[in-house]
Amino acid sequence: MEKATQIGGNRTGMDTSPLMAKEMLTGAALYEPTQLDPEAAYAALQGQYMRPDNNVGSMPPPGTMKGQLKTVAGKMRGRNPEVLLNKLGERLAYERTGVRLYEAFIRKCEALPDSASLVPLVDLREIRADEEAHFMLLQEAIIQMGADPTAQTPDADVSGVASQGYMQVLTDPRTSIVQSLEMLMSIELIDNAAWELLMTLADEMGLDILSAAFEKAWQQEETHLQRVRMWYERGIRNELMPAAATK
Amino acid sequence: MTINLLDSRGTPLGNQKFTWKELVQEPISKLDDDAFTRVRIILMNGIEQQANRFQHHFSQFNGELRQALAAVRRAEHHQQTMINWLLSGDHSPIETTIAFEQVAIEVTAAVAQQEPDAYLAQVYRFGLLEDFDHMYRYAALLDRVEGKDANNILQSYTDIVPGRATIDEHRHPHDDLRRHYQKREAHPLSKMHALTIMSAEFQTRDYYMTIGPTFADPVARQLYAEIASIEEQHVTQYGSIIDPSESWLERWLISEANEVWLYYGCMQAETNPRIKAIWERFLDYELGHLELVRHLFEKYEKRDAAEILPQTLPDPIAYESQRDFVRETLKAEVDLRTSGMDFVSKQHENNDSLAYRNHINSQGSPSETVSAGYTWRPGTELSHGRRAA
Repeated sequence: MEKATQIGGNRTGMDTSPLMAKEMLTGAALYEPTQLDPEAAYAALQGQYMRPDNNVGSMPPPGTMKGQLKTVAGKMRGRNPEVLLNKLGERLAYERTGVRLYEAFIRKCEALPDSASLVPLVDLREIRADEEAHFMLLQEAIIQMGADPTAQTPDADVSGVASQGYMQVLTDPRTSIVQSLEMLMSIELIDNAAWELLMTLADEMGLDILSAAFEKAWQQEETHLQRVRMWYERGIRNELMPAAATK
Repeated sequence: MTINLLDSRGTPLGNQKFTWKELVQEPISKLDDDAFTRVRIILMNGIEQQANRFQHHFSQFNGELRQALAAVRRAEHHQQTMINWLLSGDHSPIETTIAFEQVAIEVTAAVAQQEPDAYLAQVYRFGLLEDFDHMYRYAALLDRVEGKDANNILQSYTDIVPGRATIDEHRHPHDDLRRHYQKREAHPLSKMHALTIMSAEFQTRDYYMTIGPTFADPVARQLYAEIASIEEQHVTQYGSIIDPSESWLERWLISEANEVWLYYGCMQAETNPRIKAIWERFLDYELGHLELVRHLFEKYEKRDAAEILPQTLPDPIAYESQRDFVRETLKAEVDLRTSGMDFVSKQHENNDSLAYRNHINSQGSPSETVSAGYTWRPGTELSHGRRAA
C-alpha cells in the first residue's frame, strides 16, 4: 500500500521560515494584552446565554400510544419513557449515518485497490449491512414503544453535530485509508459503549425482548470495533515499520 | 507580456465554457501551499462575487443590456465557482476567517502604498488598522475555541497583535462616509484600488454574515456579529470613495479592466503552477469581457474607452508580507478617528460616533472578551514558555 505519511513542503510551524518567525515573536512582544481575566470574561459572556431550561429542542409529544405493545406499556409505568426514546432515536440516527460513512469508506477502498491487503472489502460490506440492520432494529423498537422513528430527537441532533467531522474526513478524497480507519475506530468506540448501555437499560427495565436484541447488536458492534482497530493499528505499523510488515 | 487594455482581444465569450469537473478541481493544500496562494484565491473570489453583484444590479436598471450582462455574468459566476472551490474542506470556518483577514491586511497595505491619491491612501491605512485588529481577535478565538495556532494559516507573513481596537471601531454611519475620487481627474489605479478593496470587504462581510450563526459558542456568535458590523462599515467607507456620477457602463468598463489587472498580477506572482494556469486562463477570459464591454461602451455612450482606461496595465499588487508598513502605520495612526469625511485625532472624534459606540458596547464587548489577556504565541497560548524569542 502507498505510504500515506510523506515528507514534502509543509509550510506550517515556526521552523519553515526562521527569519519571519522571529519577526512574529518580535511583533507579538510589542504589545501588552489587556489585564482582563480570560476565564472570567468568557464565563460572563457565555453566562448570558446558559440557562437551566435551555436545550436544542424537545421530544415529540407522545402519540395515542395505539401502536404501543401492551408488554412495553406495562413496563413503562412510573418511568420516563421519553428518556429511553431519546436514546433510541439517537442510536437510530447514528446507525443510519454509520451506513453512509461505511459506504463512503467502501468507495474509498474500491478506488484504492491496494487497500485490499489491509482492509478486506467483504468485511466492510458486512459491517455496513450490520449497521443497516441495527437501524431497522431501532426503527422497530421505537414503533413498539408507540413512538415515531422518523422524528429527530434532541440527542440524535447533537450526535449528528458531533458526526460532522467524521463525514468530512471520510468523504475527503485526499484522506488516506488509515486516516479514515481512525475515524471509524472513534465511531465504533462510541457505538460500542452506547449499545452496551442500551442493552443494560432495557434489561433493568424488564424489556426482555429488546434487551436480547440489543445484546446481539452490541456483540456485533464488538466485532466491528475489534476489526477496525486491528486494521487501523496494522496500517500504522505497516507505514512505520515497512520491513516488519513484509515479513 | 504587455497587455493593451484598449486593443487586446482575449478569449471570446462564446468560448468561455466549463464542465462541472473543471469547476471543481483539486483544492489547494492548507498545509503545503503558500499562504499568498490562498490570499489570491480569496481576493479573486471576492472580485468575481462583486462582478456578479454589480452586473445583477445593472441588469435590474437596464433592459437593453440584459442579454450581454447575463452572458458575461454566467462566465463570471463560474469563474468564481472554480476559484472559491480551490479552498479545501479541512479549513475550519475560523481558519478561513484568519485567511480572509490576511487578505484584508496584506492587500490593503500593498494598495495603500501604491495609491497615488494621498487622501485615498489615508482611507486605506485607516481601514487596514481595523482589519489588523480583527486578525488578533480571531486568532484568540481560534486558539481558545479550537485550540489552534492562527500562524499555521498565516505562515509568519502577518503579525498577530492588536490594532485599532475593534471596540473603538464602531462609528455612526455618517462617520464612515468618505470623499469620493473625481472620475475625470482620478488616476485609473485609484478607481481600480477602490473597486478591489470594496469587493474584498464586501465578500468578508457576506462571509461573516453567512458563517456567524453556524457557530454554537456564544462568544463566537457575538464576535462574528461584531466584526461583520465593522465590515459593513468598511463596505460603506470603500463604496463611498467611488464617484457616484460614473455611468453604469463606465463602471462596468472599469470593473472589467480591474479584473484584467488583478488576474495579471495573480498570474505573475503565483507559485503553484496549477493555480497559475487558472489565473492565466481567466486573464484571457477577462480580456474577452473587456473587449465586449469596450464595444458596448463606445456604442451606447458614444465615447472612446481611452477616455476612461489607460492603454497599459498599472503595476500589479505586491503579494508579499507588508509587515514593516503595517507596523509603521500602527505606530503613527492607531489613534486616528473620523469626523464625517475627515480623519481626526481621538479627541476630535464626532460625538455621534461616541454615542453610537457607547450604546452598542453597553452590554459588553465580544472582541474584548475573546482576547482578554491574549498574547499570540507559537503553538497557541497554551505553549507559553516553550519557545522563547
